[in-house]
Amino acid sequence: MAHAYTPGLKVADLTVFRKDRRLPIKGEVLVKKGDKVNSDTVVARTHLPGNVQLMNIASKLGIPPEDLPTVMKKKEGDHVEKGEAVAETAGFFGMLKSKVPAPCGGTLESVSTITGQAIFREPPTPIEIDAYIDGTVVDIIEEEGVTVEAVGTFIQGIFGVGGERTGEIKVLVESPSEPLDESKVDGSCKGKVLVGGSHVTWSGLQKVMDVEAAAVVVGGFDDPDLRRLLGKDLGVAITGHEDLGSTLILTEGFGEMAIAPATFELLKAREGMKASVNGATQIRAGVIRPEIVVPMRDAGKDDVDVEHVASMGLDVGSRIRVIREPNFGSLGEVIDLPNELQKMESETMVRVLSVRLDNGNEVLLPRANVEMIER
Amino acid sequence: MSENGKIKAIVATDCGSTTTKAILIKLVDGEYRLIVRGEAPTTVEAPFEDVTRGVLNAIREVEELSGHEVLDGEKIIHPNESDRGVDLYLSTSSAGGGLQMMVAGVVMSMTAESAQRAALGAGAIVMDVLASNDGRLAHEQIERIRHLRPDMILLSGGIDGGTITHVVELGQIISAADPKPRLGVGYALPVIYAGNKDAAGEVSKLLEEKTVLYNVANLRPVLERENLGPARDKIHDLFMEHVMAQAPGYDKLMGWTDAPIMPTPGAVGSIIETIAKRQDIEVVGVDIGGATTDVFSVFKETFNRTVSANLGMSYSVSNVLAEAGIENVMRWVPFEMGELAVRNRIKNKMIRPTTVPQALQDLKLEQAIAREALRLAFEQHKSFAVSLKGVQQERTISDAFDQSSSGETLVDMMDLDLLVGSGGVLSHAPRRQQAAMMLIDGFLPEGITRLAVDSIFMMPQLGVLAEVHEKAATEVFEKDCLIHLGTLVAPSGTAQEGKPCLKLEARMPDGTTINEDVPFGEMRVYPLAIGDRADVKLTPVRGFDLGAGPAKPVEASLSGGVVGLMIDTRGRPFTLPTDEKERVTKLERWASAFGAYPS
Repeated sequence: MAHAYTPGLKVADLTVFRKDRRLPIKGEVLVKKGDKVNSDTVVARTHLPGNVQLMNIASKLGIPPEDLPTVMKKKEGDHVEKGEAVAETAGFFGMLKSKVPAPCGGTLESVSTITGQAIFREPPTPIEIDAYIDGTVVDIIEEEGVTVEAVGTFIQGIFGVGGERTGEIKVLVESPSEPLDESKVDGSCKGKVLVGGSHVTWSGLQKVMDVEAAAVVVGGFDDPDLRRLLGKDLGVAITGHEDLGSTLILTEGFGEMAIAPATFELLKAREGMKASVNGATQIRAGVIRPEIVVPMRDAGKDDVDVEHVASMGLDVGSRIRVIREPNFGSLGEVIDLPNELQKMESETMVRVLSVRLDNGNEVLLPRANVEMIER
Repeated sequence: MSENGKIKAIVATDCGSTTTKAILIKLVDGEYRLIVRGEAPTTVEAPFEDVTRGVLNAIREVEELSGHEVLDGEKIIHPNESDRGVDLYLSTSSAGGGLQMMVAGVVMSMTAESAQRAALGAGAIVMDVLASNDGRLAHEQIERIRHLRPDMILLSGGIDGGTITHVVELGQIISAADPKPRLGVGYALPVIYAGNKDAAGEVSKLLEEKTVLYNVANLRPVLERENLGPARDKIHDLFMEHVMAQAPGYDKLMGWTDAPIMPTPGAVGSIIETIAKRQDIEVVGVDIGGATTDVFSVFKETFNRTVSANLGMSYSVSNVLAEAGIENVMRWVPFEMGELAVRNRIKNKMIRPTTVPQALQDLKLEQAIAREALRLAFEQHKSFAVSLKGVQQERTISDAFDQSSSGETLVDMMDLDLLVGSGGVLSHAPRRQQAAMMLIDGFLPEGITRLAVDSIFMMPQLGVLAEVHEKAATEVFEKDCLIHLGTLVAPSGTAQEGKPCLKLEARMPDGTTINEDVPFGEMRVYPLAIGDRADVKLTPVRGFDLGAGPAKPVEASLSGGVVGLMIDTRGRPFTLPTDEKERVTKLERWASAFGAYPS
């Protein structure tokens, strides 16, 4: 079998990008199929059930739980205002009454004559979701959300932190191997999606956040700096909910690594255009990688080169990127896919491929340690 | 299903989250033996969304490799006739995230812990443990239940005849959260009630409209005794009915199997328990995966299982660093490397979890991390595998100075007879010596312990087989599943480097004798092949113990393995030098004594 497939990160000049925008629970969809939407258009809305507060009324009144029905002024399902009396003892001849006020406004959900406990539910909280990208609503998911479609540039990163942001692309370095430090960041970066090179320094990232840039896209970042950023060692790669000023997207990995030239050139070509980015990463079954989407209103589906979109198998002639030491980050071309297992320096027996790196060296690599450059 | 005696061919599959593995077992000369193993990618997720695709592909590989016809199109040929078809088809599954549960009990260290033990024993991942005294406010507990979306909840609390208030309160909290299951929008969440029987009526009132409620016998009917069986059985039933039935293709697969599909870790526990019982030994088993590490133990006839959900070698590799701390990982790295490089390499493995170590340095770094993952997972296991807490003990005056109390760990490394390792980093280590050293450093066995690895990880399939055909399962386990690494001799005690520690006198199978004094701080290996035995007399010096008492000699017949007879006089408790150069020198010397790495 001279055919193998190792999926890589997608870097597409022009592709059809679809995004499901779903509510966490059922709600109301506010747009129709065919509607043109902007990234900030609210497409669906719902109400999350309110928080719950528990209160032991029996112990507050010093009565046995089974006597609760005789003192309750409200019944299950009733609306209550914060501070309103929900239970009251009879007292002596109408004197010395004890009252229990509601701990919050909302609904009295239940009262237990076993535990003496009452449950109050606060009013529901509204939540809305926006379209995230400039595009067209192509599908409605009944009571749950919509699918938004856009034609444009789509680039996947390898790892990110921080959630969805939009902004104009601004390239801050001359070459993909140039690091990004604080000297290159200034007030003009506010609200922009910044593109650095091989690496962003800690002080560089601080400056990015200080000037309130929407996001920064670089090749690599150091793990000790990630620890400083998050305030803890990141154990499992499930990110996207961090409360950071700016979203950070790495295209290559940890350490100092030049952005792949094709990715860099593409970002440069889109400079000045509006991008929607998301740092959310989940490396588990059902992988989620960070993304940069640049919708292009003028392009239509007919402009998309289907050949390029289809995922091809790894074959002789395929372009690959090495994703582990040694030669980490090098690009090359597959020249052979031998069938037999081969022994590596570590004595691990693996399936391999033979690659001519762009620097001219020919090397034998485990197939698991390369990824295809998908375009 | 045929009777046990007539069973001649068995196929068993394990549907993992990434790979589906099939094994073919046949009766050969009156003995059950593994014939071949096949594998194929699991097909639970898009674009296939049908687990049986992967199962059929794995079985097809078994057919190709063995020449034994199992399938007729897409049907399993049943029964086996003239070397065609199988008499038994069984399966386990951890695909789609396995079985994820939340458990609740009144007191964290009593009923909540018993509930956790029941869920873990059944093969579940316990997402959270809710207890009246867990330190959280009620609204925080409710928020947590809502957020987690488990496959099912096990609610316990109170001894039979005791107060019902607290367990009813827990019922109220679950009811207020109105929990939804992870799979199957629109389905009600299964809740198992296994608490004070007097509270069952009140709990039903609270939960029967919002959930699918099942009542089983109290898992802690009296403080002194756990009764986990009924809850564990119900979990298995519900796993089939609710969780598996929602997963793509499982309804079809359930129709094919001759026994209920078991959660993978539950099946591994079952085979380990069976082996411990049959051989009357104390066993520890570990399965170190990419995302999780499971530890199983049987001590004093009590089975325990723990899952360290975020300790693993790929997806969770960075969490090993986070939990162990960089110093603990670095102490096992047998070369000088800066912290920045180590950190970045570990993170790069996390974001590209399927890569393999090509360079020798990378392999050594991964094996350093594995030692810490094993150590941490075992620490967690030891603190969980304990005697029942809250039990009053009768004491006499002779016990006055005995500090033993309820809640003590059952794990006693000196009593451990067999340590079995499985999972990629152990099973696929290029040299078996590396697996042996990782097990020794991670678990620090004391006294005399046999070491083995499950080379192709077929414990899950053998576990489900043990439920219906114990003989076949145990024969294959002993003969084909385990790769015996050999026997380790490790005296407890410490001394100065180079001072006397152990006198070894051995008669080897070829008639030669060994008569050596092994000083403190050494690792040594003597060749002793699989199936061979050496008669030894081991005499620890004063201050050291091999299980017979301080400085007491031990005479035994020790079994061999692919590594051999291993001696570890590095001491227990074990420490490594803090000076980097000295530490690296020692690590290199020990690895070289074992022949662990190419020179």
